[in-house]
This record gives sequence, C-alpha cells and structure tokens, in this order.
Amino acid sequence: MSFLELRGITRDWDGQGGVRDISLSLQRGDFLSILGPSGCGKSTLLRLIAGLEQPQHGTVVIDGRDVTALPPAQRNLSMVFQSYALFPHLNVAENVMFGLKVRRVAARERDRRLSDALKMTGLDGLERRKPAELSGGQRQRVALARAAVAEKPLCLMDEPLSNLDAKLRHSVRRDIRALARNLGLTVVYVTHDQGEAMSLSDTVALMNKGQVEQVGPPSTLYNQPATIFAAQFIGEPPMALVEGPLLGLREGLTVGLRPELIQLSPPEQAHLTARVLDCEFLGSETLVSLDHPAGQGLAVVLPGHASQVPGDSVGVILPEQDRRIFDTHSGRIEKASQQNPAALNRQNTAPRDGQTAPEATEPSFDLNRTTS
Amino acid sequence: MAGPRAIQGPAMTDPLKLERRRRAIHGWLLLSPALAMLTVFALYPSVATFWTSLWSRGTRRNPSEFIGLENYRALLEDPTFWKVVWNNLLYAGVTIPASIAIALIMALWANSRIPARSFIRTAYFTPTVLPMIAAGNLWLFFYTPSFGILNKIGALFGAPSVNWLGQPDTALWAICIVTIWKEAGFFMVFYLAALQTIPPDLKEAAEIEGASRWTYLRRIVLPLLMPTTLFIFVNAMINSVKLIDHLFILTKGGPSDSSKLILYYIWENAFAYFDRPAAAAMTIFVLIVLGLLAAFQFLVLERRTHYQ
Ligand SMILES: Nc1ncnc2c1ncn2[C@@H]1O[C@H](COP(=O)(O)OP(=O)(O)O)[C@@H](O)[C@H]1O
Ligand SMILES: [Mg+2]
Repeated sequence: MSFLELRGITRDWDGQGGVRDISLSLQRGDFLSILGPSGCGKSTLLRLIAGLEQPQHGTVVIDGRDVTALPPAQRNLSMVFQSYALFPHLNVAENVMFGLKVRRVAARERDRRLSDALKMTGLDGLERRKPAELSGGQRQRVALARAAVAEKPLCLMDEPLSNLDAKLRHSVRRDIRALARNLGLTVVYVTHDQGEAMSLSDTVALMNKGQVEQVGPPSTLYNQPATIFAAQFIGEPPMALVEGPLLGLREGLTVGLRPELIQLSPPEQAHLTARVLDCEFLGSETLVSLDHPAGQGLAVVLPGHASQVPGDSVGVILPEQDRRIFDTHSGRIEKASQQNPAALNRQNTAPRDGQTAPEATEPSFDLNRTTS
Repeated sequence: MAGPRAIQGPAMTDPLKLERRRRAIHGWLLLSPALAMLTVFALYPSVATFWTSLWSRGTRRNPSEFIGLENYRALLEDPTFWKVVWNNLLYAGVTIPASIAIALIMALWANSRIPARSFIRTAYFTPTVLPMIAAGNLWLFFYTPSFGILNKIGALFGAPSVNWLGQPDTALWAICIVTIWKEAGFFMVFYLAALQTIPPDLKEAAEIEGASRWTYLRRIVLPLLMPTTLFIFVNAMINSVKLIDHLFILTKGGPSDSSKLILYYIWENAFAYFDRPAAAAMTIFVLIVLGLLAAFQFLVLERRTHYQ
C-alpha cells in the first residue's frame, strides 16, 4: 500500500496558476522529487500535501488516512522551507526544539534528539548562535535539523538548496540523502534543478504548467522521456530534436536523441549534415554544439579534447534504435515499437508506454512499481 | 585637498596622519549641524532652566536673588505638587499599558484577513490625525452632562446623568480614556508595520510544528515585536508627561486639582502665577525623572530585546 497518495488534486486562483488534477502515489521510505520550471506549481503541490493550502478538488491520503480536511499539525509531517523559516529571535537549539516544546516532549527526550540532530547535521558547538550569526549553509542545516528532530515519517522540502552556492549545494545534497536514509524518511523534495532531482531521488515527478508530465525513476525520465517537454527539460545537455521529414518520417513527427548517442560520420553515411557552432571542453569530453535548420539542440559528445572548427560542416548519424519519436503537435511519444528495446527491458516491465500513447486523454500516473 | 598637501613631503607630516586628520575634520563638519541644533534647542534651554531654578522669584519690591536649592525644598513641601505627581503616575500607569494593549490587539486584527481591511486601518488612525483641539471638543460633547452622548445613552437605560468631567472622582479617568482613544490608533500603526515585516512562513513553520495561534503569538510574534513595544513604550512615557492640551479644553486641571498633570501645573506656575523659578525647578525634576527612565529602558530592556 502506498504511504502518500494524491487523488485528482486541483488548486488554482481564479483559473490562474496552481495545480490541476494531480494524482501521485508514493511508497514508504521513497524519495520523490517534484521537478519543474519555476512557476509550474511545485510549491503549491507541496503546500497542498502539508495542509498549508486547501485543494478545490481531490483528496490527500497519508498513511491510509484521508487528511484532506486536517490542519498541518495533524498530518504527521515535517517541512523544510525554501526560505528556511527560522525564528530569528531564537538560537539554534531553541529553533530546533521549538516543535518538541510545543508538543511537550519530555526534557530528557528533547535533549537526546537535539544532540543527535545537531551531530547529524554537523552543528554542534553552534547551539547558542542566532540565525543571523550563521552562514547560509548552516542555516540550511538548522532547518534540516528542525525537520529531523520532529521524527515524523514524512518530510517535505521546498527547494532547500536554492539559496546555496554550487559547492555547498553538493555537500548539503549528500547530507539530505544520508539524513533521509538514516531516519527512514519518506521525502517529497521540490526542485527546479534537474541534476538535483536525478541524483537524489528514487522517483521523479516532472511538472509543467500545473500538471504532471511524467513520473518515473530518474533513468526512465532520462532515457525514455514521455513528452517533448521532458526530453528538453531533463539532461545536461537536453535531448536534441530533429523534424521527422528530415529522417524519412512523416510530417508532424519529431525525433529526439540524447547527444551522447549521436555520432559524427563522413558525409556520405550521414543522416544529415550540420554546421559546427561551438566547442565546449568539459575535461573528460568535449561538447560540440551543432546547427541545422530543422534541428534543435543538436550536439555531439566527443571523448577527450576534440577540436572542431566552428563553421565547418560535419556529417551526423542519429542511430535508429536510440531515437525517440514524438508527435510534434501534442508533444507526446508517438510509437512504442520504435523505442529503444534494450533500455525498456532494463528499466521496467510495467506498460509505461501505454500511458504515453497518444490516445491517453487524462494524465493519471502511477508510481507503484511492479517489481518489489 | 589631500593631494597638494601630501606633496609637502614626509618631512613635515606623513600622509597617513594627514589623512586621519582630514577624516576627523570631515567627521566634525558632518556632526556640526546636529550639534548646533541640539545646543541651541536642547542643551541651552536645559542649562538656562536649571540656572533660573536657583534664583528666587523676583517681584517689584524684592528683586530676584540667588537662593541655591531653596526652590526645590519648597517644591517638595508643596502638597499640590505631590498631588500632581500622583495624578501623573496614575495617568501613566493606566494609559500606557491600556493603549499598548489595545494597539496590539487592533493591529493583530487589522493584520489578519478581514473584509474592508484598509477602511478599518484608516478608521483606527483617525484619532491621531485629528487636531488635539478638535478631539478635545469632540470628547467634551461626549462627556457633557445631560446633552452629552454618554449620558443620552445612559438615560436610555435609566442611568442618572453624570458630570464626567466635573467631579473629582471621574475627571482623571475621563482624561485617561481620551488619551487611550488617541494613542492606541497611533501605536497601532507602528505595530501594524512591524507585523508586516514578520515573514508569513514563520507562521506556517509554527503551524506545522503544531503550535496553536496563541503559542505562535506568545513565542514568536510578541518577541519579534519587542523592539516596537520598547519604542512605543518610550513614546507613551514621554507623552504621558507631555499632556496638556486636553486639559486645557476638557477640565483645566480641575475640579480641585483632581485631573491636574505635571506639565499643566508647570504651565500654571510659569504663566498664571508668574513663578518662573518654581516652574523651572519642576521642569528640572521632570527632566531628571525622564532621564532616569530612558537610561533604564535602554540599558535594561534593550538587552533583552532581539533586533533583526
Ligand atoms: N497564493 C497565491 N495566489 C495566487 N496565485 C498563486 C498563489 N500561489 C501560487 N500562485 C500561482 O501558482 C503558480 C504556481 O506557483 P508555485 O507553486 O509557487 O510555483 P513553483 O513553486 O513551481 O515555482 C504561479 O503561477 C503562481 O503565480
Ligand atoms: Mg516554489
């Protein structure tokens, strides 16, 4: 049975913004990322789960209990805010223990949890500091510690790393993962950073304009994007898109391919000829961006330091077995038979492609993996 | 400016010293307008007042002469002075907590999501922008025996007509109510501004932790409002010594000194009895008390207040 379940959740403001008809379910102990561009309704969804916002339609079920009408405190969850929401007049220890005091947890138990949480987040020695006397990363850890001491089974995090610099982001990211594992937490983690979502989570729910585009393990989203939006949002660089007719397909189709699967070739064997735009040396490999009038985000990844001269013409092979074919108009995946069979077998046995078939009218997604 | 002088060379002054002096001069120049103003309008009058308080009252026959602290001794023996001090303490003790509490409650209410919020905020603020004289006359009308609105309402329930301002038992209380009415709206504006600087996610974080609204108010909002409360408290304290205009309109300190406050008594001494040295001595007394209060507030309360 799933631990967290959303059924047809809708919340908007006079038809604007918010989220529409979202259904998700999540196993106990899972780490779910809600990924999407800014303004797509990620925070709204999280706040609906937390009970800080009320849905207009739909139900929220946590641990088998319908909590839709319950206030946040009775939903048995903790939350880390994007802004941290630390109490500025209280020191670190008081901030972390605020909830425990409110809930009248015995002093001995309180102290035990406090010292555990501070040790886990590397904050010992800072107990007496006020939030204003801490660095951004330390504040972030206090917010995490506050969520950790609550010892609630479900933890919600709203872009907890967005205020940190790149280096800190990496280390705190690891802390969050470790914390969730150690405490056996079920985590719903909101982020707009696809790298973060892919590296942290068991499951990613990709959102766009208030709706879920695709749900699945990171590798599925990466290898088998269900929509053009997913193909373009996930991956660094994202999928290259080429108009179908160029590759002998009918009008109205778009072909997507991961740049690392694209190869350079002599012009006579090539599927198409593109112009070199730019070379980016990334250390172990070089990203060569290409330009073609019918292509979007075309690029190849070459090992080591490659030196292509910008302006040169190169032949490009788009291996047929790796192509993803989308309906240009609806943005949805077109044909299951042409998808990468090897990847499919590796990923899952669930009929995931069924949900992405063009005739699907309502996006309803199921996270329940068939394998146990 | 520093350039040409620096060229004079290290023989006379090294550039570092010159720069430091230049900065010092700069600093004094920036300070001087404030210093001049404070000297002319605060320091000089205080010293002059103190000087005046050391001289006897000059009449046509006995010219004024230096008598040291004699005026202060006379003051301590003046029963009216003590009556006035007691009145003022009572007045401060009632109006300050009451207006702060009412201001806070109104601000919390006006800050929450209620219909016609901006109208309510304006309504609260009206007493403050109303000129003192207008406000005084308004309340005079409220309090007037038999015609006054209070007595009209009382009469509906069969209560006897009361001369609120005309009897010693009620005059000071009537004044207190006018002050609370006027101050609460003013203080509310400060509280409202402070409340709006509290990020809403603090409330949400507290809510998720299971804090009730009361706990959130007590543990989060009130401590965060402490700087504002301190500021308001100091202001209310000063205002309680400064009140005079209402007295002019409503009671003139009467009946039988029952609503007389210290500033009114000082004014009376200076301009009705023409006893300027006595008025000066009282002024110095007030200055000392206010100074001590300010020191207490800023040394003791300040330390227990969190500033963001
Ligand atoms: N309280 C609100 N009132 C009106 N519109 C809102 C409110 N909260 C969110 N929205 C709208 O809902 C959309 C999604 O917002 P949000 O969930 O914060 O996006 P995200 O967290 O993905 O950046 C936005 O277009 C935003 O303008
Ligand atoms: Mg957000």
